Amino acid sequence: MRGFWAVYRKELYALFASPIFYVVAFIFLVLHGYFFYTALAYYSMVSFQAAQNPFMAHQLNLMDMVVRPVLMDVSVVLLLTAPLLTMRTYADERRSGTMELLFTLPVTDKGVLAAKFAGVLTTLALLLVGTLPSMAVLGAVADPNWNAILCAYLGLFLLGSAFLALGMFSSAFTKNQIVAAVLSFGALLFFWVIGWLSSIMGPTSMRLVEYLSIIRHFDTFSKGVLDSRDVIYYLIFTSFFLFVTVRQIESYRWRG
Amino acid sequence: MIEARGLTKWYGPVPAIQDVSFEIAKGEVVGFLGPNGAGKSTTIRILTCFMPPTAGSAMVDGLDCLENSLEVRRRIGYLPENVPLYNEMTVRRFLSFVAQVKGVPWKDIGREVDRVTDVCGLASVRNRIIGNLSKGFRQRVGLAQALINNPPVLILDEPTIGLDPTQIVEIRKLIQDLREDHTVLLSSHILPEVAQICRRVLIINKGRIVATDTPGALTAQLQKSAKIRLTVSGDGTGLAHALGRLDGVLQVHLEADDPVRLVVETDRSRDLRPALARTAVDYGVDLLELKTVDLSLEDIFMHLVTEEPLEHGGAVAEGVQDPARTEVMDS
Repeated sequence: MRGFWAVYRKELYALFASPIFYVVAFIFLVLHGYFFYTALAYYSMVSFQAAQNPFMAHQLNLMDMVVRPVLMDVSVVLLLTAPLLTMRTYADERRSGTMELLFTLPVTDKGVLAAKFAGVLTTLALLLVGTLPSMAVLGAVADPNWNAILCAYLGLFLLGSAFLALGMFSSAFTKNQIVAAVLSFGALLFFWVIGWLSSIMGPTSMRLVEYLSIIRHFDTFSKGVLDSRDVIYYLIFTSFFLFVTVRQIESYRWRG
Repeated sequence: MIEARGLTKWYGPVPAIQDVSFEIAKGEVVGFLGPNGAGKSTTIRILTCFMPPTAGSAMVDGLDCLENSLEVRRRIGYLPENVPLYNEMTVRRFLSFVAQVKGVPWKDIGREVDRVTDVCGLASVRNRIIGNLSKGFRQRVGLAQALINNPPVLILDEPTIGLDPTQIVEIRKLIQDLREDHTVLLSSHILPEVAQICRRVLIINKGRIVATDTPGALTAQLQKSAKIRLTVSGDGTGLAHALGRLDGVLQVHLEADDPVRLVVETDRSRDLRPALARTAVDYGVDLLELKTVDLSLEDIFMHLVTEEPLEHGGAVAEGVQDPARTEVMDS
Protein backbone atom coordinates (compact mmCIF):
# COMPACT_ATOMS: atom_id res chain seq x y z
CA MET A 1 0.00 0.00 0.00
CA ARG A 2 2.87 2.33 0.83
CA GLY A 3 4.31 1.54 -2.57
CA PHE A 4 1.01 2.34 -4.23
CA TRP A 5 0.79 5.82 -2.71
CA ALA A 6 4.39 6.61 -3.46
CA VAL A 7 4.09 5.55 -7.10
CA TYR A 8 0.71 7.28 -7.41
CA ARG A 9 2.20 10.56 -6.23
CA LYS A 10 5.15 10.11 -8.56
CA GLU A 11 2.78 9.46 -11.48
CA LEU A 12 0.74 12.55 -10.74
CA TYR A 13 3.93 14.56 -10.49
CA ALA A 14 5.10 13.23 -13.86
CA LEU A 15 1.69 13.91 -15.42
CA PHE A 16 1.57 17.48 -14.20
CA ALA A 17 5.24 18.20 -14.84
CA SER A 18 4.89 17.42 -18.53
CA PRO A 19 3.04 19.77 -20.87
CA ILE A 20 0.94 16.95 -22.34
CA PHE A 21 -1.79 17.14 -19.72
CA TYR A 22 -2.16 20.91 -20.06
CA VAL A 23 -2.36 20.77 -23.85
CA VAL A 24 -4.87 17.91 -23.70
CA ALA A 25 -6.95 19.70 -21.07
CA PHE A 26 -6.89 22.95 -23.05
CA ILE A 27 -8.05 21.32 -26.30
CA PHE A 28 -10.60 19.18 -24.48
CA LEU A 29 -12.19 22.09 -22.63
CA VAL A 30 -12.17 24.46 -25.61
CA LEU A 31 -13.92 21.86 -27.77
CA HIS A 32 -16.36 21.09 -24.98
CA GLY A 33 -17.15 24.78 -24.63
CA TYR A 34 -17.79 25.04 -28.35
CA PHE A 35 -20.08 21.99 -28.38
CA PHE A 36 -21.96 23.27 -25.38
CA TYR A 37 -22.40 26.77 -26.79
CA THR A 38 -23.71 25.56 -30.15
CA ALA A 39 -26.08 23.05 -28.56
CA LEU A 40 -27.44 25.61 -26.10
CA ALA A 41 -27.78 28.35 -28.73
CA TYR A 42 -29.64 25.96 -31.00
CA TYR A 43 -31.90 24.92 -28.15
CA SER A 44 -32.80 28.48 -27.26
CA MET A 45 -33.52 29.27 -30.91
CA VAL A 46 -35.84 26.27 -31.13
CA SER A 47 -37.48 27.30 -27.84
CA PHE A 48 -38.37 30.71 -29.28
CA GLN A 49 -39.97 29.03 -32.26
CA ALA A 50 -41.80 26.68 -29.93
CA ALA A 51 -43.30 29.65 -28.12
CA GLN A 52 -45.37 30.27 -31.23
CA ASN A 53 -46.08 26.59 -31.82
CA PRO A 54 -47.55 24.69 -28.86
CA PHE A 55 -47.14 21.29 -30.60
CA MET A 56 -43.45 21.75 -30.96
CA ALA A 57 -43.08 22.64 -27.29
CA HIS A 58 -43.92 19.07 -26.32
CA GLN A 59 -40.90 17.78 -28.14
CA LEU A 60 -38.44 20.05 -26.39
CA ASN A 61 -36.20 18.15 -24.03
CA LEU A 62 -33.09 19.64 -22.45
CA MET A 63 -31.47 16.26 -21.88
CA ASP A 64 -31.96 15.07 -25.47
CA MET A 65 -31.14 18.34 -27.16
CA VAL A 66 -28.25 19.68 -25.07
CA VAL A 67 -26.69 17.31 -22.54
CA ARG A 68 -26.72 14.20 -24.66
CA PRO A 69 -25.28 15.63 -27.88
CA VAL A 70 -22.62 17.54 -25.93
CA LEU A 71 -21.49 14.48 -24.00
CA MET A 72 -21.53 12.37 -27.16
CA ASP A 73 -19.23 14.89 -28.81
CA VAL A 74 -17.07 14.95 -25.69
CA SER A 75 -16.75 11.17 -25.84
CA VAL A 76 -15.27 11.53 -29.34
CA VAL A 77 -12.75 14.03 -28.01
CA LEU A 78 -11.95 11.58 -25.22
CA LEU A 79 -11.30 8.89 -27.80
CA LEU A 80 -8.73 11.18 -29.37
CA THR A 81 -7.12 12.41 -26.16
CA ALA A 82 -7.13 9.34 -23.88
CA PRO A 83 -4.22 7.73 -25.78
CA LEU A 84 -2.21 10.91 -25.14
CA LEU A 85 -2.75 10.60 -21.40
CA THR A 86 -1.71 6.96 -21.22
CA MET A 87 1.05 6.77 -23.81
CA ARG A 88 3.82 7.66 -21.39
CA THR A 89 2.78 5.35 -18.51
CA TYR A 90 4.99 2.37 -19.36
CA ALA A 91 6.63 3.41 -22.63
CA ASP A 92 8.51 6.25 -21.01
CA GLU A 93 9.78 4.05 -18.17
CA ARG A 94 11.02 1.57 -20.72
CA ARG A 95 12.69 4.21 -22.86
CA SER A 96 14.49 5.92 -20.01
CA GLY A 97 15.40 2.66 -18.24
CA THR A 98 13.63 3.68 -15.02
CA MET A 99 11.61 0.47 -15.40
CA GLU A 100 14.64 -1.30 -13.97
CA LEU A 101 14.71 1.08 -11.04
CA LEU A 102 10.97 0.88 -10.39
CA PHE A 103 10.76 -2.89 -10.64
CA THR A 104 13.65 -3.51 -8.29
CA LEU A 105 12.09 -1.33 -5.58
CA PRO A 106 9.89 -3.17 -3.10
CA VAL A 107 6.56 -2.66 -4.86
CA THR A 108 4.57 -5.28 -6.76
CA ASP A 109 3.80 -5.11 -10.49
CA LYS A 110 0.12 -4.89 -9.61
CA GLY A 111 0.80 -2.06 -7.18
CA VAL A 112 2.62 -0.13 -9.90
CA LEU A 113 -0.20 -0.78 -12.36
CA ALA A 114 -2.85 0.30 -9.88
CA ALA A 115 -0.91 3.47 -9.11
CA LYS A 116 -0.38 4.31 -12.76
CA PHE A 117 -4.03 3.66 -13.56
CA ALA A 118 -5.17 5.73 -10.60
CA GLY A 119 -2.89 8.50 -11.88
CA VAL A 120 -4.44 8.65 -15.34
CA LEU A 121 -7.94 8.24 -13.87
CA THR A 122 -7.26 11.32 -11.77
CA THR A 123 -6.44 13.32 -14.89
CA LEU A 124 -9.61 12.02 -16.55
CA ALA A 125 -11.63 13.06 -13.51
CA LEU A 126 -10.04 16.51 -13.69
CA LEU A 127 -10.98 16.85 -17.35
CA LEU A 128 -14.58 15.91 -16.57
CA VAL A 129 -14.71 18.26 -13.59
CA GLY A 130 -13.53 20.96 -16.00
CA THR A 131 -16.74 20.51 -17.98
CA LEU A 132 -19.00 20.93 -14.95
CA PRO A 133 -19.25 24.77 -15.16
CA SER A 134 -21.23 24.32 -18.36
CA MET A 135 -23.70 22.19 -16.46
CA ALA A 136 -23.89 24.94 -13.85
CA VAL A 137 -24.76 27.37 -16.63
CA LEU A 138 -27.45 24.97 -17.71
CA GLY A 139 -28.74 24.85 -14.16
CA ALA A 140 -28.83 28.67 -14.05
CA VAL A 141 -30.86 29.14 -17.24
CA ALA A 142 -33.02 26.02 -17.22
CA ASP A 143 -34.16 23.19 -15.03
CA PRO A 144 -32.26 20.07 -16.07
CA ASN A 145 -32.74 16.59 -14.66
CA TRP A 146 -29.70 16.33 -12.40
CA ASN A 147 -29.97 12.60 -11.91
CA ALA A 148 -29.86 12.02 -15.65
CA ILE A 149 -26.83 14.29 -15.96
CA LEU A 150 -25.08 12.49 -13.13
CA CYS A 151 -25.79 9.18 -14.84
CA ALA A 152 -24.39 10.48 -18.13
CA TYR A 153 -21.23 11.68 -16.38
CA LEU A 154 -20.83 8.30 -14.71
CA GLY A 155 -21.08 6.72 -18.16
CA LEU A 156 -18.49 9.14 -19.50
CA PHE A 157 -16.14 8.31 -16.65
CA LEU A 158 -16.56 4.56 -17.18
CA LEU A 159 -16.06 4.99 -20.91
CA GLY A 160 -12.94 7.05 -20.26
CA SER A 161 -11.52 4.49 -17.84
CA ALA A 162 -12.02 1.77 -20.46
CA PHE A 163 -10.10 3.97 -22.93
CA LEU A 164 -7.33 4.47 -20.40
CA ALA A 165 -7.02 0.77 -19.57
CA LEU A 166 -6.58 -0.09 -23.22
CA GLY A 167 -4.14 2.81 -23.58
CA MET A 168 -2.00 1.51 -20.72
CA PHE A 169 -1.94 -1.90 -22.31
CA SER A 170 -0.56 -0.54 -25.57
CA SER A 171 1.93 1.57 -23.64
CA ALA A 172 3.28 -1.59 -22.01
CA PHE A 173 4.13 -2.93 -25.45
CA THR A 174 6.66 -0.42 -26.64
CA LYS A 175 9.29 2.04 -25.54
CA ASN A 176 8.04 4.59 -28.05
CA GLN A 177 5.27 6.88 -26.80
CA ILE A 178 4.03 7.72 -30.29
CA VAL A 179 3.70 4.04 -31.17
CA ALA A 180 1.79 3.50 -27.90
CA ALA A 181 -0.60 6.36 -28.68
CA VAL A 182 -1.23 5.20 -32.25
CA LEU A 183 -1.77 1.59 -31.15
CA SER A 184 -4.28 2.53 -28.51
CA PHE A 185 -6.06 4.99 -30.78
CA GLY A 186 -6.37 2.33 -33.48
CA ALA A 187 -7.64 -0.29 -31.07
CA LEU A 188 -10.14 2.13 -29.48
CA LEU A 189 -11.46 3.20 -32.86
CA PHE A 190 -11.89 -0.45 -33.75
CA PHE A 191 -13.95 -1.08 -30.62
CA TRP A 192 -15.91 2.07 -31.47
CA VAL A 193 -16.93 0.96 -34.95
CA ILE A 194 -17.12 -2.79 -34.34
CA GLY A 195 -20.91 -2.42 -34.15
CA TRP A 196 -21.02 -1.65 -37.87
CA LEU A 197 -20.36 -5.33 -38.49
CA SER A 198 -23.74 -6.18 -36.98
CA SER A 199 -25.66 -5.32 -40.18
CA ILE A 200 -23.86 -8.00 -42.19
CA MET A 201 -23.83 -10.76 -39.59
CA GLY A 202 -26.10 -13.54 -38.45
CA PRO A 203 -28.37 -13.03 -35.45
CA THR A 204 -26.02 -14.53 -32.80
CA SER A 205 -22.81 -12.86 -33.89
CA MET A 206 -24.76 -9.66 -34.48
CA ARG A 207 -25.67 -9.51 -30.82
CA LEU A 208 -22.09 -10.27 -29.88
CA VAL A 209 -20.54 -7.44 -31.90
CA GLU A 210 -23.24 -5.09 -30.75
CA TYR A 211 -22.39 -5.97 -27.19
CA LEU A 212 -18.69 -5.45 -27.84
CA SER A 213 -19.17 -1.98 -29.28
CA ILE A 214 -17.69 0.41 -26.75
CA ILE A 215 -19.89 3.39 -27.59
CA ARG A 216 -23.24 1.62 -27.71
CA HIS A 217 -23.11 1.15 -23.95
CA PHE A 218 -22.49 4.82 -23.42
CA ASP A 219 -25.59 5.59 -25.45
CA THR A 220 -27.78 4.22 -22.64
CA PHE A 221 -25.95 6.27 -20.01
CA SER A 222 -26.26 9.44 -22.07
CA LYS A 223 -30.04 9.04 -22.12
CA GLY A 224 -29.91 9.10 -18.34
CA VAL A 225 -30.55 5.38 -18.02
CA LEU A 226 -28.40 3.43 -15.58
CA ASP A 227 -28.32 -0.15 -16.83
CA SER A 228 -26.23 -2.68 -14.91
CA ARG A 229 -25.33 -4.45 -18.18
CA ASP A 230 -23.50 -1.36 -19.37
CA VAL A 231 -21.75 -0.82 -16.06
CA ILE A 232 -20.61 -4.45 -16.12
CA TYR A 233 -19.43 -4.11 -19.71
CA TYR A 234 -17.14 -1.21 -18.85
CA LEU A 235 -15.88 -2.84 -15.67
CA ILE A 236 -15.05 -6.04 -17.53
CA PHE A 237 -13.44 -4.17 -20.40
CA THR A 238 -11.30 -2.14 -18.00
CA SER A 239 -10.25 -5.01 -15.79
CA PHE A 240 -9.51 -7.23 -18.77
CA PHE A 241 -7.05 -4.73 -20.20
CA LEU A 242 -5.49 -4.04 -16.80
CA PHE A 243 -5.05 -7.77 -16.35
CA VAL A 244 -3.35 -8.28 -19.70
CA THR A 245 -1.15 -5.26 -18.97
CA VAL A 246 0.21 -6.99 -15.85
CA ARG A 247 0.76 -10.12 -17.92
CA GLN A 248 2.54 -8.10 -20.61
CA ILE A 249 4.83 -6.52 -18.01
CA GLU A 250 5.64 -9.94 -16.54
CA SER A 251 6.43 -11.25 -19.99
CA TYR A 252 8.66 -8.22 -20.60
CA ARG A 253 10.58 -9.06 -17.46
CA TRP A 254 10.99 -12.68 -18.47
CA ARG A 255 12.34 -11.70 -21.82
CA GLY A 256 14.57 -9.02 -20.34
CA MET B 1 24.37 -13.24 2.08
CA ILE B 2 24.12 -13.63 -1.69
CA GLU B 3 23.99 -17.06 -3.21
CA ALA B 4 23.63 -17.95 -6.88
CA ARG B 5 23.14 -21.54 -7.86
CA GLY B 6 23.36 -22.62 -11.48
CA LEU B 7 21.90 -19.39 -12.83
CA THR B 8 21.14 -19.60 -16.53
CA LYS B 9 19.39 -17.04 -18.68
CA TRP B 10 18.48 -17.34 -22.33
CA TYR B 11 17.45 -14.34 -24.42
CA GLY B 12 15.53 -16.21 -27.09
CA PRO B 13 18.06 -18.60 -28.61
CA VAL B 14 21.06 -16.75 -27.15
CA PRO B 15 22.42 -17.77 -23.76
CA ALA B 16 23.41 -14.72 -21.73
CA ILE B 17 24.73 -16.61 -18.75
CA GLN B 18 25.14 -20.31 -18.17
CA ASP B 19 25.40 -22.14 -14.91
CA VAL B 20 26.66 -19.19 -12.89
CA SER B 21 27.20 -20.14 -9.25
CA PHE B 22 28.84 -18.18 -6.48
CA GLU B 23 28.43 -17.21 -2.86
CA ILE B 24 29.08 -13.94 -1.16
CA ALA B 25 29.40 -13.90 2.59
CA LYS B 26 28.03 -11.18 4.86
CA GLY B 27 30.24 -8.11 4.95
CA GLU B 28 32.24 -9.06 1.88
CA VAL B 29 33.05 -6.61 -0.89
CA VAL B 30 33.19 -8.51 -4.14
CA GLY B 31 34.15 -7.25 -7.55
CA PHE B 32 32.33 -8.62 -10.53
CA LEU B 33 34.58 -8.41 -13.54
CA GLY B 34 34.08 -9.21 -17.15
CA PRO B 35 34.28 -7.71 -20.61
CA ASN B 36 31.22 -6.01 -22.09
CA GLY B 37 28.47 -8.48 -22.89
CA ALA B 38 29.87 -11.17 -20.62
CA GLY B 39 26.68 -11.39 -18.58
CA LYS B 40 27.42 -9.12 -15.62
CA SER B 41 24.26 -7.07 -15.93
CA THR B 42 22.12 -10.13 -16.59
CA THR B 43 23.38 -11.79 -13.41
CA ILE B 44 22.82 -8.60 -11.45
CA ARG B 45 19.31 -8.17 -12.83
CA ILE B 46 18.45 -11.67 -11.66
CA LEU B 47 19.85 -11.00 -8.19
CA THR B 48 17.89 -7.76 -7.91
CA CYS B 49 14.65 -9.52 -8.95
CA PHE B 50 14.29 -7.48 -12.11
CA MET B 51 14.12 -10.63 -14.21
CA PRO B 52 13.70 -14.28 -13.35
CA PRO B 53 16.39 -16.77 -14.42
CA THR B 54 15.64 -19.42 -17.04
CA ALA B 55 17.14 -22.00 -14.70
CA GLY B 56 18.86 -22.02 -11.35
CA SER B 57 18.08 -19.99 -8.27
CA ALA B 58 19.33 -16.90 -6.53
CA MET B 59 19.06 -16.22 -2.82
CA VAL B 60 19.66 -13.03 -0.89
CA ASP B 61 19.79 -13.27 2.89
CA GLY B 62 18.35 -16.77 2.66
CA LEU B 63 15.34 -15.61 0.64
CA ASP B 64 14.63 -16.79 -2.87
CA CYS B 65 14.59 -13.99 -5.47
CA LEU B 66 11.57 -15.48 -7.22
CA GLU B 67 9.43 -16.55 -4.30
CA ASN B 68 10.19 -13.75 -1.88
CA SER B 69 10.87 -11.10 -4.45
CA LEU B 70 9.51 -8.22 -2.38
CA GLU B 71 11.45 -9.17 0.74
CA VAL B 72 14.64 -9.55 -1.28
CA ARG B 73 14.11 -6.17 -2.87
CA ARG B 74 13.75 -4.59 0.57
CA ARG B 75 17.20 -5.85 1.46
CA ILE B 76 18.96 -4.65 -1.67
CA GLY B 77 20.13 -1.20 -2.64
CA TYR B 78 20.62 -1.28 -6.37
CA LEU B 79 22.39 1.12 -8.67
CA PRO B 80 21.50 0.01 -12.21
CA GLU B 81 23.86 0.46 -15.10
CA ASN B 82 23.56 3.88 -16.81
CA VAL B 83 21.75 5.19 -13.71
CA PRO B 84 18.13 5.55 -14.81
CA LEU B 85 16.45 8.38 -12.87
CA TYR B 86 13.20 10.33 -13.13
CA ASN B 87 14.53 13.37 -14.92
CA GLU B 88 11.55 15.61 -14.24
CA MET B 89 11.92 15.34 -10.46
CA THR B 90 14.15 17.30 -8.13
CA VAL B 91 16.82 15.37 -6.24
CA ARG B 92 14.94 15.72 -2.95
CA ARG B 93 11.61 14.70 -4.35
CA PHE B 94 13.14 11.71 -6.10
CA LEU B 95 14.92 10.53 -2.98
CA SER B 96 11.83 10.90 -0.86
CA PHE B 97 9.86 8.95 -3.48
CA VAL B 98 12.36 6.11 -3.16
CA ALA B 99 12.21 6.37 0.63
CA GLN B 100 8.41 6.09 0.52
CA VAL B 101 8.49 3.04 -1.72
CA LYS B 102 11.14 1.44 0.46
CA GLY B 103 8.83 1.83 3.41
CA VAL B 104 10.71 4.40 5.46
CA PRO B 105 8.22 5.62 8.10
CA TRP B 106 6.64 8.95 7.09
CA LYS B 107 8.18 10.91 9.93
CA ASP B 108 11.69 9.63 9.16
CA ILE B 109 11.65 10.30 5.42
CA GLY B 110 13.07 13.81 5.72
CA ARG B 111 15.88 12.68 7.99
CA GLU B 112 16.73 9.68 5.83
CA VAL B 113 16.84 11.81 2.68
CA ASP B 114 19.09 14.31 4.44
CA ARG B 115 21.38 11.51 5.57
CA VAL B 116 21.98 10.04 2.09
CA THR B 117 22.20 13.54 0.63
CA ASP B 118 25.06 14.28 3.00
CA VAL B 119 26.78 10.93 2.54
CA CYS B 120 26.77 11.33 -1.23
CA GLY B 121 27.68 15.02 -1.24
CA LEU B 122 24.43 16.15 -2.86
CA ALA B 123 23.60 18.99 -0.50
CA SER B 124 24.42 21.66 -3.10
CA VAL B 125 22.04 20.24 -5.72
CA ARG B 126 19.20 18.94 -3.56
CA ASN B 127 16.60 21.22 -5.11
CA ARG B 128 17.77 20.94 -8.70
CA ILE B 129 15.91 19.01 -11.39
CA ILE B 130 17.68 15.69 -11.99
CA GLY B 131 17.52 16.11 -15.76
CA ASN B 132 19.80 19.15 -15.50
CA LEU B 133 22.49 17.51 -13.39
CA SER B 134 25.93 16.53 -14.62
CA LYS B 135 26.85 12.90 -15.05
CA GLY B 136 28.82 12.86 -11.81
CA PHE B 137 25.92 14.17 -9.76
CA ARG B 138 23.49 11.78 -11.46
CA GLN B 139 25.74 8.93 -10.46
CA ARG B 140 25.71 10.15 -6.89
CA VAL B 141 21.93 10.48 -6.90
CA GLY B 142 21.81 6.88 -8.11
CA LEU B 143 24.07 5.83 -5.30
CA ALA B 144 22.06 7.88 -2.79
CA GLN B 145 18.80 6.15 -3.75
CA ALA B 146 20.53 2.77 -3.35
CA LEU B 147 21.61 3.75 0.17
CA ILE B 148 18.16 4.83 1.33
CA ASN B 149 16.83 2.78 4.23
CA ASN B 150 20.34 1.39 4.74
CA PRO B 151 19.91 -1.96 2.98
CA PRO B 152 22.33 -4.70 4.08
CA VAL B 153 23.20 -5.60 0.48
CA LEU B 154 24.40 -3.13 -2.12
CA ILE B 155 24.57 -4.11 -5.77
CA LEU B 156 26.28 -1.54 -7.92
CA ASP B 157 26.43 -2.00 -11.67
CA GLU B 158 29.34 -0.02 -13.11
CA PRO B 159 29.23 2.73 -10.48
CA THR B 160 32.10 4.80 -11.88
CA ILE B 161 31.54 4.52 -15.61
CA GLY B 162 31.60 7.81 -17.47
CA LEU B 163 32.97 9.85 -14.59
CA ASP B 164 36.05 12.01 -14.66
CA PRO B 165 39.08 10.92 -12.61
CA THR B 166 38.36 13.14 -9.59
CA GLN B 167 34.78 11.94 -9.42
CA ILE B 168 35.94 8.35 -9.73
CA VAL B 169 38.21 8.80 -6.74
CA GLU B 170 35.33 10.32 -4.76
CA ILE B 171 32.84 7.59 -5.59
CA ARG B 172 35.44 4.94 -4.87
CA LYS B 173 36.13 6.47 -1.50
CA LEU B 174 32.41 6.48 -0.82
CA ILE B 175 32.18 2.78 -1.59
CA GLN B 176 35.20 2.07 0.55
CA ASP B 177 33.51 3.83 3.45
CA LEU B 178 30.40 1.72 2.91
CA ARG B 179 32.10 -1.60 3.18
CA GLU B 180 32.12 -1.36 6.95
CA ASP B 181 28.54 -2.51 7.35
CA HIS B 182 27.32 -3.62 3.95
CA THR B 183 27.73 -6.59 1.68
CA VAL B 184 28.71 -5.11 -1.67
CA LEU B 185 28.70 -6.60 -5.13
CA LEU B 186 30.30 -4.21 -7.55
CA SER B 187 30.43 -4.83 -11.26
CA SER B 188 33.06 -3.13 -13.31
CA HIS B 189 35.36 -3.51 -16.20
CA ILE B 190 37.84 -1.08 -14.71
CA LEU B 191 40.34 -3.37 -13.08
CA PRO B 192 42.41 -1.09 -10.85
CA GLU B 193 39.19 0.00 -9.19
CA VAL B 194 38.19 -3.54 -8.37
CA ALA B 195 41.68 -4.40 -7.15
CA GLN B 196 41.56 -1.41 -4.82
CA ILE B 197 38.11 -1.76 -3.37
CA CYS B 198 37.37 -5.45 -3.39
CA ARG B 199 38.79 -8.24 -1.32
CA ARG B 200 37.57 -10.82 -3.78
CA VAL B 201 36.82 -10.85 -7.48
CA LEU B 202 34.50 -12.91 -9.61
CA ILE B 203 35.53 -13.01 -13.23
CA ILE B 204 32.86 -13.79 -15.78
CA ASN B 205 33.42 -14.36 -19.46
CA LYS B 206 31.00 -15.45 -22.19
CA GLY B 207 28.33 -16.10 -19.58
CA ARG B 208 30.38 -18.32 -17.31
CA ILE B 209 32.31 -17.69 -14.13
CA VAL B 210 35.94 -18.33 -15.04
CA ALA B 211 37.64 -17.48 -11.76
CA THR B 212 36.88 -16.39 -8.24
CA ASP B 213 39.43 -15.54 -5.57
CA THR B 214 41.28 -12.66 -3.99
CA PRO B 215 43.35 -10.63 -6.44
CA GLY B 216 46.48 -11.88 -4.65
CA ALA B 217 45.58 -15.55 -4.81
CA LEU B 218 44.62 -15.27 -8.44
CA THR B 219 47.99 -13.77 -9.17
CA ALA B 220 49.81 -16.51 -7.31
CA GLN B 221 47.76 -19.17 -9.00
CA LEU B 222 48.41 -17.92 -12.48
CA GLN B 223 51.92 -16.72 -12.15
CA LYS B 224 54.18 -19.59 -12.92
CA SER B 225 57.33 -17.53 -12.56
CA ALA B 226 58.32 -14.58 -10.38
CA LYS B 227 59.48 -11.47 -12.14
CA ILE B 228 62.20 -9.18 -10.86
CA ARG B 229 63.08 -5.88 -12.42
CA LEU B 230 66.61 -4.51 -12.19
CA THR B 231 67.57 -0.96 -13.06
CA VAL B 232 71.30 -0.53 -13.59
CA SER B 233 73.62 1.90 -15.29
CA GLY B 234 76.24 0.34 -17.54
CA ASP B 235 76.40 -2.53 -20.01
CA GLY B 236 72.90 -3.99 -20.08
CA THR B 237 73.34 -6.65 -22.77
CA GLY B 238 76.38 -8.14 -21.11
CA LEU B 239 74.67 -8.24 -17.75
CA ALA B 240 71.63 -9.89 -19.31
CA HIS B 241 73.83 -12.71 -20.54
CA ALA B 242 75.50 -13.02 -17.16
CA LEU B 243 72.17 -13.17 -15.36
CA GLY B 244 70.80 -15.67 -17.83
CA ARG B 245 73.49 -18.13 -16.84
CA LEU B 246 72.42 -18.11 -13.18
CA ASP B 247 70.75 -21.19 -11.82
CA GLY B 248 66.98 -20.69 -11.47
CA VAL B 249 66.72 -17.88 -14.01
CA LEU B 250 64.28 -18.76 -16.75
CA GLN B 251 64.46 -15.77 -19.04
CA VAL B 252 65.84 -12.24 -19.18
CA HIS B 253 64.24 -9.37 -21.12
CA LEU B 254 66.00 -6.12 -21.83
CA GLU B 255 63.22 -3.64 -21.27
CA ALA B 256 64.88 -0.27 -21.82
CA ASP B 257 68.23 1.40 -22.29
CA ASP B 258 69.57 4.38 -20.36
CA PRO B 259 68.97 3.62 -17.62
CA VAL B 260 69.09 -0.05 -18.46
CA ARG B 261 66.06 -1.96 -17.19
CA LEU B 262 66.04 -5.73 -17.16
CA VAL B 263 63.17 -8.02 -16.30
CA VAL B 264 64.31 -11.37 -15.01
CA GLU B 265 61.89 -14.25 -14.80
CA THR B 266 62.85 -16.69 -12.12
CA ASP B 267 61.70 -19.89 -10.60
CA ARG B 268 58.89 -19.12 -8.12
CA SER B 269 60.16 -21.53 -5.55
CA ARG B 270 63.39 -19.63 -4.87
CA ASP B 271 64.17 -16.08 -3.94
CA LEU B 272 66.94 -15.09 -6.34
CA ARG B 273 67.15 -11.43 -5.38
CA PRO B 274 70.44 -11.69 -3.44
CA ALA B 275 72.02 -13.73 -6.23
CA LEU B 276 70.89 -11.23 -8.86
CA ALA B 277 72.20 -8.28 -6.88
CA ARG B 278 75.58 -9.99 -6.34
CA THR B 279 75.88 -10.89 -10.01
CA ALA B 280 75.15 -7.33 -11.08
CA VAL B 281 77.71 -5.88 -8.67
CA ASP B 282 80.30 -8.48 -9.59
CA TYR B 283 79.73 -7.72 -13.25
CA GLY B 284 80.74 -4.16 -12.55
CA VAL B 285 77.54 -2.21 -13.22
CA ASP B 286 75.88 0.16 -10.75
CA LEU B 287 72.73 -1.39 -9.37
CA LEU B 288 70.15 1.40 -9.03
CA GLU B 289 67.01 -0.52 -8.20
CA LEU B 290 65.84 -4.07 -7.74
CA LYS B 291 62.23 -5.01 -7.17
CA THR B 292 59.78 -7.81 -7.71
CA VAL B 293 57.01 -7.22 -10.20
CA ASP B 294 53.54 -8.45 -9.38
CA LEU B 295 51.20 -9.69 -11.97
CA SER B 296 48.43 -7.12 -12.20
CA LEU B 297 44.75 -7.88 -12.29
CA GLU B 298 44.81 -6.70 -15.89
CA ASP B 299 47.18 -9.51 -16.78
CA ILE B 300 45.06 -12.09 -15.01
CA PHE B 301 41.96 -10.74 -16.60
CA MET B 302 43.43 -10.73 -20.08
CA HIS B 303 44.67 -14.23 -19.52
CA LEU B 304 41.32 -15.54 -18.40
CA VAL B 305 39.27 -13.68 -20.90
CA THR B 306 41.36 -14.10 -24.01
CA GLU B 307 43.09 -17.32 -22.97
CA GLU B 308 46.37 -15.74 -23.91
CA PRO B 309 49.42 -17.18 -22.22
CA LEU B 310 50.76 -14.83 -19.59
CA GLU B 311 54.38 -15.47 -20.06
CA HIS B 312 55.07 -13.61 -23.23
CA GLY B 313 54.96 -9.99 -24.15
CA GLY B 314 57.58 -7.76 -22.67
CA ALA B 315 55.19 -5.33 -21.07
CA VAL B 316 54.78 -6.14 -17.43
CA ALA B 317 52.32 -3.98 -15.67
CA GLU B 318 53.27 -2.88 -12.26
CA GLY B 319 50.87 -3.10 -9.28
CA VAL B 320 47.58 -1.30 -9.44
CA GLN B 321 48.09 1.41 -6.89
CA ASP B 322 47.60 4.44 -9.09
CA PRO B 323 44.02 5.60 -8.42
CA ALA B 324 43.87 7.89 -11.44
CA ARG B 325 44.33 5.06 -13.88
CA THR B 326 41.10 4.24 -15.63
CA GLU B 327 42.02 1.86 -18.39
CA VAL B 328 39.06 0.11 -19.84
CA MET B 329 39.68 -3.47 -20.72
CA ASP B 330 37.35 -4.19 -23.56
CA SER B 331 38.32 -7.34 -25.30
